[in-house]
This record gives sequence, C-alpha cells and structure tokens, in this order.
Amino acid sequence: MNAIISISRRNFMIGVASTAGGLSIGFNLPFIKPALAEGAGTTPEVPEVNAWVVIRPDDTVVVRIARSEMGQGTLTGLAQLVAEELNCDWSKVTTEYPSPAKNLARDRVWGNFSTGGSRGIRESHDYVRMGGAVAREMLIAAAAAEWKVPASECTATKGVVTHAASDRTASYGQLAAAAAQMTPPANVTLKDPKDWTIAGRPLPRLDTADKLNGSQIYGTDLKLPNMLNAAIRACPYFGGKVKSFDAAAVAGMPGVRTVVQVGDTAVAVVADTWWRAKTALDALPVTWDEGPNRQVTSASIAAMLEEGLGADDAFIGNSQGDAGTALSTGRTVTATYAFPYQNHATMEPMNATALYTPERCEVWVPTQNGEASLAAAAEAADLPVQQCEVHKIHLGGGFGRRGMQDYVTQAVQIARELPGTPVKLIWSREEDMLQGRYHPITQCRLTGALDADGNLTALRMRISGQSILAAVMPQRMQDGMDPIIFQGLTAASPEGHIGYTIPNLLVDHAMRNPPIPPGFWRGVNLNQNAIYLECFMDELAHEAGVDPLAFRRKLMANHPKHLAVLDAVAERIGWNTPAADGVHRGLAQIMGFGSYVAAAAEVSVTDGQLRIHRIVAATDPGHVVNPAQIERQVEGSFVYGLSACIYGECTVNGGRMEQENFDSYEVMRMAEMPEVETIILPSGGFWGGVGEPTIAVAAPAVLNAIFAATGKRIRTLPLKNHDLA
Amino acid sequence: MARLIINSTPHEIEVDPDTPLLWVIREQIGLTGTKYGCGVAACGACTVHIDGAATRSCVLPVSAVGPDQQITTIEGLSPDSSHPLQQAWLQLDVPQCGYCQAGMIMAAAGLLTQNPNPSDEDINNEITNICRCGTYNRVRAAIKLAANGGEATQRG
Ligand code: FES
Ligand code: FES
Repeated sequence: MNAIISISRRNFMIGVASTAGGLSIGFNLPFIKPALAEGAGTTPEVPEVNAWVVIRPDDTVVVRIARSEMGQGTLTGLAQLVAEELNCDWSKVTTEYPSPAKNLARDRVWGNFSTGGSRGIRESHDYVRMGGAVAREMLIAAAAAEWKVPASECTATKGVVTHAASDRTASYGQLAAAAAQMTPPANVTLKDPKDWTIAGRPLPRLDTADKLNGSQIYGTDLKLPNMLNAAIRACPYFGGKVKSFDAAAVAGMPGVRTVVQVGDTAVAVVADTWWRAKTALDALPVTWDEGPNRQVTSASIAAMLEEGLGADDAFIGNSQGDAGTALSTGRTVTATYAFPYQNHATMEPMNATALYTPERCEVWVPTQNGEASLAAAAEAADLPVQQCEVHKIHLGGGFGRRGMQDYVTQAVQIARELPGTPVKLIWSREEDMLQGRYHPITQCRLTGALDADGNLTALRMRISGQSILAAVMPQRMQDGMDPIIFQGLTAASPEGHIGYTIPNLLVDHAMRNPPIPPGFWRGVNLNQNAIYLECFMDELAHEAGVDPLAFRRKLMANHPKHLAVLDAVAERIGWNTPAADGVHRGLAQIMGFGSYVAAAAEVSVTDGQLRIHRIVAATDPGHVVNPAQIERQVEGSFVYGLSACIYGECTVNGGRMEQENFDSYEVMRMAEMPEVETIILPSGGFWGGVGEPTIAVAAPAVLNAIFAATGKRIRTLPLKNHDLA
Repeated sequence: MARLIINSTPHEIEVDPDTPLLWVIREQIGLTGTKYGCGVAACGACTVHIDGAATRSCVLPVSAVGPDQQITTIEGLSPDSSHPLQQAWLQLDVPQCGYCQAGMIMAAAGLLTQNPNPSDEDINNEITNICRCGTYNRVRAAIKLAANGGEATQRG
C-alpha cells in the first residue's frame, strides 16, 4: 500500500497525461513484479495466480485485460496471448477489466491502460505473455509440490498438469489456490510464435454473444439505484462560455430535479429520465459569451493554412540531399492538397456516470484510458486519487475520442451538485458533433522533379496546419515541433517511415493551429499524409508517363517490406491484366503504427456516380495474433476511412461547427460498401498495429482509381463536393 | 396512462405522450438493448418492430402506438438468441463494438419477414443503418446466411 501513499496526485496526473491518447512513444514498463508478492488477489473467493490470471475451481480461466475493448478485438487478442503461454483450455477462457485505481494501488502491475495508436497488443504482448507463462510455471510448481516430484517432470497442456511417470493429473482449477502460494519463477522463456496453438489462430471473439440479444451493457445503458440522468449543452462557439441561463423557466417541467452550470462552458439539466432532461434542456434559455472566435470560418482557416504553405518558419521532419537545388532543375510538378476536419461520431455518444460524496468519487465510463479517466475524476471531484474509482464499461466505439476525458470531468462536476446520488450524463448526438475533438485540418503543397528518364529526383512536401500534440499533449512536443505530424513520412522510425528512396527530399511542417480542438482520430496523421504522398506519386507517374506501380517500384528497392505489401495487392487485383469494362484501378501504400500496408481499388464512375467495387488490402504487422480479427479491422478501417473520403467534413461558420447530426454529417452505408479482400503477410521480427494503419490507404487508392476513371485529380476532400461527371 | 405490448408483455405506464418510443422502452420499461444513436431517424440504432415492421423508434411518439400493437425489441426477437439472424450473426462473428448491432439485426429481421430471400440490391435498399465500426460486409453475409437457412454462400 506504500505505493499509493507515495504517489502524489499531481505526479500521478502527469504520469497519466504522458501516456494518454494516441501514440505513445517509448513506453517502457519494466517487467511486472509478480503480483503474488503483493498479497492476496482481488477476487476474494478465488485468489489470483498472478495479476493476469485467476482460475476458478470449475477451471474457468479469467484473463485480466488492461486495454479497453471498443470493437477492435483487443480483448480477444490479448486473452489469446495470455492463454497461449498459460497452456489453458481456450474454451474455458473469460476476461475481466482490472480497475484503474487497483492498477495504481498495485504499482501499475497491469501497465498502461491507454488504448489508442493501435498499441493494445503491440505494446503489451511481451508482458502479458510473460504473465501467462509465469502463471503456468506456478501451476506446474504447485502440482509438483503436491506430488513431491520435480517440476521438470511435469507438463501442462490444455489446463491440466500431468506427471506422466506416476500417471497423475490435476486440473488448473484444482491447483490454482496452491499455485497462488508458489514463488513466481524469476525467468520464463516465451514460446516461438511458430509454436503457437491459441494465438495466431482465427478464433471467434469472446464478446459476441451478448451483442446479439441486447444484453451487452454500454455506458448509456447503466442503471444504478436512485440514479438520475443529465443532458448537457456546452457553448457551441469554440472558446466561448456560459453567460447566463434561466433555470426557473424549466424548473417546473416534468421530472426536472435541477439545472446546473458545468464549469465555465456548459449547462446541464438533471431529471428522472434522460428524455425529460433533454426536453427541459432544449427549452432552457441560455445566453452564451461567444468568445473570441466568432469570425472564424472554414474559409478563414483555409487562408491561415494557405499562408503556411509558403511561410519560412517550418519544422523539418525528413531531409535528404538538397531538395531546393534539385527542384530548380528538370521537369517539376506541383500540387496542393487539403484534408478537412472530421468528427469521430462513435455510434454511442459520449457518456459517463458519476457518484460523488465528499469522501469518495466513483465513475462508470466507456473509456479508452481508464487511468486518465481516474485522474480526470479525481481532479473534478477535488479528492485524492486514492479516494476515487473508475469502472470501465464496454465502449460503443472509440476511434480516439474516448481517450479524451472531457465528459468524465463534466459528469463529476454535475454529480458534485447531488452528493450521494449517481448521475448518468449522456450527450445528445448534436452535442457529440459540436463538442468533438476533431481530426485536425492540414494542407500540403508538393513539388516533385523528374529527370529526362522520368525518374523522381526530388520531392518537397510542405505540410501546413494543425498539431494534435500542441493541443492535447504539449509535453510530447520536441522543441516546438510536433513529431507525429510526419507520420509515415520520416526517414527511419519503427512507427512508420517513408517507403521510397528519393535522393533529394524535404518534408516540413508550418504549424498553424486554428482555435478548433483537435484530437486523435483513427489513423491520426497517417490519413492525410498517405493521401498527400500516394496521390502525388500517381501524379508524378502520370507526368513521367510511367505506370504508377512501376514508378513506385523503382523507388522501393531499399524498402522490401513496403514493396512486398504493394506487390501483393497489385498481384491480387490483377494490376497487369485489364480490368472489367468501365472499371479502373488505383494503388497506395504506406507504413504506420508499426505496420506496412497497401491497397488496390477498383472503381467505376458512371454519369458522375462513383462506385467502389472492390478493394484488396495487404498488411504486414510482423506477427499475427488473430487473422480473423485483422480482416475485420481492415474492413472496418476502410469504412471509416472511406466515409471521411466520400462525405466527412466538419465545416466552421461563425466560430462553431455547422454539422449537428448524421443528416448533415453523412457517413458510408451498406450500399456503398465495396468487397474487401485482406492479405495478411506477417514477416515476423516486429509487432505492428492493426486497428488503424490500413485506414490510410483506402482513400488514396480510391482517389487514384478515380483519376484513372475520369482524368480528374481530387485534391480536396470530401468527394461529395466534387462533380465527377 | 398508456398501454404498450412489448415483447408480448402488456405494460401500463405513466408517460408524457410526446416521449419517443425509444426512451419509453429504454428508461421506463428498462430494456436497453435498443440504442440511441441520433434521435433523428438517420442511423437505425433504435430499430424495433411494430407489428413485425422495422421502425425507428427515436422519432415515434409513444402516443402513436396503439394499445394492441405488438412492439418487439431485440430482447424479444427470440427467447434464447436462436433467431436465424442471431445464429448467423454468431456464426460469422459480425459485431465489432456492437452498439449498432441490435438495430441492424432488427432491421434485417424486418426485411426477411417481407422478403425471405433478399438480393444484394434489396439489402442495400432496406438496411440503411449506420455502423461506424464498419461491419457492413459481414452484416450482408449474415443476412444471406440466415435467408439460406444457415447455408453459407460466398461472403459479399
Ligand atoms: S437513434 Fe433512431 S435512427 Fe438513430
Ligand atoms: S459494430 Fe460498432 S457501430 Fe456497428
């Protein structure tokens, strides 16, 4: 328990902030102290074998999962990794979330809870596998001690320890209590992935059944005794706040308990049901102090970014040779691209439930970062973190939005007005659209130089626009530079480096931060960087009169992994054979979140009507934990990426967003969904992410195919603003 | 006082007549499988059946539902997840986050009632629900699987 006391709230908050949200660099958890040393487990009836594994007398194996399941399948994948090393019976596996407060109390035995940046598996595979392996050795040791035989003569398979020489067996359930008393081994050897029998297989998800009959509980579904419901409206003008509101006007409406101001920026109505709270909120007269940004529009933001395209001040992300000189000779091509604001629009709107007393604060929340939620709750409750608890609830989508904790802060602020009564805060869809943490806006000017043989001799990319880190994690800025703005474009990075060797290359960033709050949005900066790079590669190939695949391949000799996925999609789509009549193809490749990805699309455009017929995707994530889930993530990422490409755009007018619901923020639906084929090409030796990387290649592959079909270069998104006829 | 028959059980409830059926089901009856996604009939997360027809309950005032009409929610589609669509969904492991899936299944069940063997075109026209996780291809495949009595066809 000393660990708790020695961690001041302030230090904890800083620690959490540094690991919250999208990409975390250099997170390094020393291998978990075996949990046993810290005393009995957390489930009182059944002692844990160690922090990761609880085995009940009926042989049920409960695997503890620190990361959040939001649809991406990490729960199943992480359980597979633990179960693999544990040598248990997969059909007996179930999972549970340890709580953020418990993690803190136990010296962060479960490591990082933050779930973003496609890091769930790739960043924790070693210590979760270790957890399974240590538990297995403790179970074997318990059997050996009981039988008084050397542990080395015992084997563990499918949840049973066997001593062949004496023909004795014991199930894990029978051994678990004794195993919990064993000293954890100092060293364990992890299996070679080629020997895996549970991990690496296309196993069904562990969390499907409850999602088919209404029994899966999401944050919005939570019921607590005496619970009240809150609806909220924050100032829609960015940078504005509440000036006044007339609570008396709605105080007598059915079900209304109270009307409260929430921080400086919002008002909430608390009622017996959410519908009544929302009805009263809609009737509540509120006057806003509209703040300093009423003149901000999409056009003014675009002008701000355009200025940055030619500005002198810029941070350099990748510099090879002398692009400036090289671009002053030869044939050059220049183009400017732009990517707009996007809303995450998770199907489940933001929500959190809080119960506050002067001594304690508890929050139930679908969160991508339980520890950040705990820190936000403690801060808003003004209580020591040790007196707070967060219960993680299944997420109805996250995509980066639920790494932010603004709704947790609000829920606690509201609950403080009603001590002892749990209050569930649910945002309306309109609130969700207006109070986003938007995919940042950027533009990019690209200039390339071609020699007489059509070889690319120089490339200059000037990115102008918004930094996520500057707004969200300033502590991760490097001397004023946002390193992740260059995702996929850097010279060398295990996270994602450019797949072309270009003798003279300059990629730089003029930071221009409009007053719109940005956030990590599935794919983050890889989304626009892949469009900029890969559509421009197509432009250059066209100018050079070279096939887009051949043009790229010439630059990729030093990048065999990038090349392998590109070749794979080209081959599968039949790049070198003619497409069906009226069907046209496009390609794209990039590296991000540690994985190499490529896509090839087939589209047709008839009377201006785009139809995406088919996309072939390839990914090399190094190791594959569950190929069936990878296929689902690839398909899903394409829906998300293509929704942005075709429809996604949040426009600013009068200092606020214009889109308020799915009727004006259109997204892709079934009818537009192409066939998707996924090629998984694990080359081993590294661990790449899965949930995000492929999102980035959908749009450029489609845009390049549209050019092939129509001769039109679409350089500003979304497509719905363009006439393809 | 309103009388509603939900999943074959009659309920007498005190309710503001303008309240959308969705919120009556979720907050007063306490069946939370039916979801709120938009409140403007744009996403389908709130789909239930009224006399067998798929209906977006977020824009339907409870007063518009008659006392003898049969309302079915995801919880009442089958007693034990045995509806052919639920079985197909399980077999193809369709859901990701799952939040849209009750609405998807209810919309699909409404479609199959009217059209037991829908073409791709029929599915495109009828299943306009939003899934932000991107399960569309598997939703389509599961509808076809259920329509074919559990015999897998090629995945769409
Ligand atoms: S919640 Fe009813 S259609 Fe979206
Ligand atoms: S499964 Fe998540 S929105 Fe459809």
